Amino acid sequence: MEFVYAFIVGGLICVVGQLLFEFTKLTPGHVMCIFVVIGSILDGFGIYDKLIEFAGAGATVPITSFGHSLLHGAMAEANQHGFVGIGMGIFSLTSSGISAAILFSFIVALLFKPKG
Amino acid sequence: MGLLGKQTWEFTNGVYVQSSGTAVGPRENLGLLKGTYDYAYEDLHCNEDNWELAERALLRNAISTTLKKADKNVEDIDVFLAGDLLNQNVTANFIARELQLPFLCMFGACSTSMETAALGAQLIDSGYAKLALAGTSSHNATAERQYRYPTEYGGQKPDSATFTVTGAGSILLSSKKSRIKVKCATIGTVQDLGLKNPFDMGSAMAPAAAYTIVQHFKDTNTTPDDYDLIVTGDLSAVGAPICEQLVKEEGYDMSGKYNDCGLLIYDRDNQEVFAGGSGCACSAVVTYSHLFQELKKGTYKKILVAATGALLSPTMIQQKESIPTISHAVVFESC
Repeated sequence: MEFVYAFIVGGLICVVGQLLFEFTKLTPGHVMCIFVVIGSILDGFGIYDKLIEFAGAGATVPITSFGHSLLHGAMAEANQHGFVGIGMGIFSLTSSGISAAILFSFIVALLFKPKG
Repeated sequence: MGLLGKQTWEFTNGVYVQSSGTAVGPRENLGLLKGTYDYAYEDLHCNEDNWELAERALLRNAISTTLKKADKNVEDIDVFLAGDLLNQNVTANFIARELQLPFLCMFGACSTSMETAALGAQLIDSGYAKLALAGTSSHNATAERQYRYPTEYGGQKPDSATFTVTGAGSILLSSKKSRIKVKCATIGTVQDLGLKNPFDMGSAMAPAAAYTIVQHFKDTNTTPDDYDLIVTGDLSAVGAPICEQLVKEEGYDMSGKYNDCGLLIYDRDNQEVFAGGSGCACSAVVTYSHLFQELKKGTYKKILVAATGALLSPTMIQQKESIPTISHAVVFESC
């Protein structure tokens, strides 16, 4: 059943993105930013954690979870170090994702030619 | 007097197309006009290391074909006019570095094909050049990266988007009589109705094309009936009907005579090109290959080619500016 929920929730998040793209003049960059911000706002109210509990990868794979992780990292450090902690922690949870993106794009760029 | 009406140059001493050359990428040669081009690369990289070098290879190829057909050498040319879509017109400038010819670099976005041809013809007519070479190029991957997203990013596109043509075209002009005559040219004005969407350039450019076409009819005292074909450069499936309608509203009915190079080039039913082809090369390769061949065959006696350019700047789009557009038209006659 977890797979079904993951499929439905993940799919619905993507549907929202597609609808934004189809019916507004927003660019892919806009849509991505909106999703990151929505993810962090939902996390601020504790909603995104519940969504992850319910749908698993359906909620962690879409870009909204990046916003959720940004906020989580920032809040965790803020608890320990106060206001400065926000800056210290904001990329702590997401750093592995960002590093992976850089590393894998580097490897792919070395190995393959763009197809155009 | 070479000036007709307000914006049209009539070449009274006789300017003729000595030869033309076209080179295209793989997708263009799978389109509706396959086999009409002088050279088609099988690889989008055109056997080069990067996209910019590939675009240069296309223009270099088109120019060498043009010269070969007319049996001329680079040194015989008096002036070279070229432009492209990339920042600082790198393709044209870097090709000019190789050619070592008196060079005028021009930017009219996708209207560059007819802009360079019109000025080249004018220089021949006025006696400032005996042999003028005009050329332009575009490459899908270089244009996509500069104006939209790098293709590797994989951003989705709406159906109103156009697909930049990979190719290059050039023509050689002189006063020596040949099968195709450059009759006159109408220089366009910049039009901007406030459209801001770089994924719908057809709608943005349609008013510019309509304005130039109507002005051409007024200046030359002609009607669509005087032409066998009226083509715009790259208005695509979205912009072409708008242009036809705008011209009709001014009292000139082009129905049955009108087409768009962006619609002629690709097989839109079987190729994923959205609303159709665009780019400097779109009007250049269609005109300098297919349309010239039809003029020589006698299918058409007189055609009006109105190349359309969206003078789009990605930086200005970020500053919420709208897209200025322009169109230059040239009349070719078979003789």
